[in-house]
Amino acid sequence: MTSLHTDRVGWRIGDKVVVDGVTLTLRPGETVGLLGPNGSGKSTLLRLLAGVLTPTAGVVTLDGRPLAEVGRRATARRIASVEQHAETQTELTVREVVALGRIPHRRAWTPPTTADLEAVTEALRRTGLTDRSGQSWHTLSGGERQRTQIARALAQEPRELLLDEPTNHLDIQHQLDLLELVASLPVTTVIALHDLNLAAMYCDRLLVLRDGRAVMEGTPAEVLTPDLVERVYGVRTEVTHGPGHPVIRFLRPAARDASPPKRSVTSDGSTAP
Amino acid sequence: MNVRSLLLTGGGMVALLVSIAVAVTIGPADISTADVWTSVASHLGLGESALAPLRDGIVWNLRMPRTLLAAVCGAGLAVCGAVMQSLLRNPLADPFVLGVSSGASTGAVAVVVLGVGGGAVSLSTGAFLGALLSFGLVLLLSHTLGGSTDRVVLSGVAAMQLFSALTSFTVLTSADAETTRGVLFWLLGSLTGADWGQVLLCTVVLAVVLVVCLGYARTLDAFAFGDEAAAGLGVRVARTRLVLLCATALLTAALVSCAGAIGFVGLVLPHATRAVTGSGHARLLPVTALTGAVFLVWVDTLARTVLDPQEVPVGVVTSLIGVPAFVAVLYRGRSRT
Repeated sequence: MTSLHTDRVGWRIGDKVVVDGVTLTLRPGETVGLLGPNGSGKSTLLRLLAGVLTPTAGVVTLDGRPLAEVGRRATARRIASVEQHAETQTELTVREVVALGRIPHRRAWTPPTTADLEAVTEALRRTGLTDRSGQSWHTLSGGERQRTQIARALAQEPRELLLDEPTNHLDIQHQLDLLELVASLPVTTVIALHDLNLAAMYCDRLLVLRDGRAVMEGTPAEVLTPDLVERVYGVRTEVTHGPGHPVIRFLRPAARDASPPKRSVTSDGSTAP
Repeated sequence: MNVRSLLLTGGGMVALLVSIAVAVTIGPADISTADVWTSVASHLGLGESALAPLRDGIVWNLRMPRTLLAAVCGAGLAVCGAVMQSLLRNPLADPFVLGVSSGASTGAVAVVVLGVGGGAVSLSTGAFLGALLSFGLVLLLSHTLGGSTDRVVLSGVAAMQLFSALTSFTVLTSADAETTRGVLFWLLGSLTGADWGQVLLCTVVLAVVLVVCLGYARTLDAFAFGDEAAAGLGVRVARTRLVLLCATALLTAALVSCAGAIGFVGLVLPHATRAVTGSGHARLLPVTALTGAVFLVWVDTLARTVLDPQEVPVGVVTSLIGVPAFVAVLYRGRSRT
């Protein structure tokens, strides 16, 4: 059984090909990490998966039906996405933001149903935001905003959750908290990440993109080799195999000519592009 | 939530009815409050009026339609403003942001000054057609430019500049002083010529557009985090935007053709109302319609009495009140970012 599937999907704007013939099959319940340098097409692929962008080549299917056929509202009841940056001018409380997730389930002219209210309460509880439900969105920190958007996505009661670099701009504790939360959710997740070690820790499977093309797909242990990382990111690494997942150590570029490398930085300290 | 909505809507309705009832008793003609109310009641089929036909006419054919048109214009402009602000994600958007009022002025000037239509077309009709022409141009232009929110706003600015220039050019080159004064008065917004026909027309359009917008209330909420977030919540963005832009443009065009470009109601009242209702459109739209209506009824009463026997265009008074509020909105926007 597959849930979301892309078949040689592509997207181009003008002459620029952003995503080029990517095939990806999601198995229910798994967490798939999207890796690749800036501009490799991760965000665009996520938007194609969400049906927010229409592919210029290939097709995205949900349970075997093309997204265009499924329809926008029905798609939004199955697939929820969390964008990299969520900004608004509107004055909203945390609870109001989370309640936006019920829009695809609600009908015009009717007040929220008990199911709507329960889904919002449950999403707040799961993300640990119950105490903050009355707080204004504009007073939240970056991490709290991300959690609020994830709660909004959960309120959609999706079976597929798409996250675009959700740990950006968060300190390490909040990165781990957020990924623990995502990993604990009973949904199929696709998550774009910059941090290779976090990807190794939290993803069942990885898809590596470069220049819009799929370079490699497999388990973290299969994918995260010094050879592949150098080929895709152009940096040298040492990979050791920790408990259950590989651990990547980055080597300083200056060490290229000197051998052996004397100093290294772990990826946690160098997430910024 | 529903209790609060009912209280706000109910309170607003009572305030509106009281405002209308009081506003019709105010005016230069010396008619007692009791006489005004019996006159209105008699026209509604309740009892007999003791007023002479001339004075009865002042109440029923001058004051009533004018007060009601003020209410309908206030309601319509506030609703259009609220919808535009959410749809375009721009706190400074108002019903005229897409060039509807500028197009209307060009249409009106074409009829009054240039004599387009040879007397068969009224100023209102000319204004209405000009407004729709301008809006059509904005839609076409923004579509050509890619259709994103900022393109729509920029197209509106372009159309506004174009039609303002056309209006100024026509007035300066072809109009005599008297015609210019008349056109200027209308441009600033005035309810002076209100009649029952206009009240009926605007009320029908308002009712239809309000129903459409309320049907889209949830969808409008979804635009809080932008077009793409709305799409992610199942909204067909392009279609929704087209429907709502057309609906609000139609209503604005009808209002402008009857009462001129009354500024700032559509900009300020939605913001003031949001402070009380919150941002949810299911509650915001009906309440802002009522606050807009009450506001304009009182502003028009002020406009026609403050310099009695001279009359100030109602648009001037709304702007005098609106500009400080506008600055406050800008100031809040500044502290936000």
